[in-house]
Amino acid sequence: MRIDLNGASIETRARTLQDLIEEHGFADAAVATAVNGSFIPRTARGTATLSEGARVEVLSPMQGG
Amino acid sequence: MFYGTDLKSRLMLGTAQYPSPQVLREAIAASGAEVITVSLRREGSEGDAFREILRQSGCRILPNTAGCHSVREAVTTAQMARELFGTSWIKLEVIGHADTLQPDPFALVEAARILTEDGFDVFPYTTEDLIVGERLIEAGCRVLMPWGAPIGSGQGLRHRDALRTMRAHFPDVPLVIDAGIGAPSQAMAAMEMGFDAVLLNTAVAKALDPVGMARAFGAAVEAGRTAHDAGLMPCRDMATASTPVFGMAELA
Repeated sequence: MRIDLNGASIETRARTLQDLIEEHGFADAAVATAVNGSFIPRTARGTATLSEGARVEVLSPMQGG
Repeated sequence: MFYGTDLKSRLMLGTAQYPSPQVLREAIAASGAEVITVSLRREGSEGDAFREILRQSGCRILPNTAGCHSVREAVTTAQMARELFGTSWIKLEVIGHADTLQPDPFALVEAARILTEDGFDVFPYTTEDLIVGERLIEAGCRVLMPWGAPIGSGQGLRHRDALRTMRAHFPDVPLVIDAGIGAPSQAMAAMEMGFDAVLLNTAVAKALDPVGMARAFGAAVEAGRTAHDAGLMPCRDMATASTPVFGMAELA
C-alpha cells in the first residue's frame, strides 16, 4: 500500500499507525502523530488503521520562536 | 499570573536560529528565562539532542503553532504538542499574511475557542486590536500576546500608542509583547509601559554574541519591570529646573 509519510510517498506493509511507527524505527514516546490532518493520540495508534493514500505526519520537538 | 503560574523572569525566549546547540543552552541560562518556546516539525535526526537541551534547561515549555495558516492546522498541531510536551500551554499562531506574518484574527479567535474548550491554556499571538483582544478573552484566553512588530523584523514597538491603549484597556489581563523586538532598549520600554513579559528570539539568536545578548535582554527586562513598579515620572512639554532657585547667589 502506498501512503505519504512526512510528505514522502512510500510503500508500506503497516496496517496500523503503530505498525508504521515500528516499521520506521521512530521512538514511540518521542513523536506525535496525525493522519489526514487529524491528531492521533499515542494510545490510539494501535487501532488507527491506514488506508491507501493516507497522509501520515510524525512530528518531534524542534527549535521554535 | 500566566494561567496560575508565577514567573520570576519576565523574559520568554525562543529556541530557533542559534549558531549551535551549545550556544542555545548557554543563552537560555544567561537570559534567566523560565519559559522557552519550541515547535513541532517532521521527525529528523537531531531530535534527541534538542530534547536533551530542553530537559537540561529546567524551563517551562511553551510549544507554538508557528507556520500554521488555518484553524485545523493550528488545532491539530496544538493537540500533538500537548501530548509530546505534557503541557496544556500553547502559543497559538495562525498566520494570515505571508509577508508580515500578521495573525489572521478570525481564524485565531476560532482556534482559541476550540482549544480552550478542549482544556488548553492558550497564549494567542495577536495584534494590538482591542476588539480582537476582547473576542479572545471571550473565547477563554487568560493571556494576550500582541506583536511589537512583524516577526523577526527587529523594529521594536511599531505601534507604541496603540499598545499603550491596549495596556490600559486590559488592566487585569497578562499581556506579553511577542515578536519584533530587536534591542534590549525596546524590551525595556515594553516593560516600562506595564507589559507583563516579553517574548523574543531572533534578537538574541542572531546577535554577534547570543549569550551576551541574552544576558543584556534579561537585565533590560528586569530593569523595565522594576522601573514600572517604581512609577515613572510624567512627561512635560517645558523644562522645569531640578536644582532649587532658593539660595541662589546674585552674581550678575
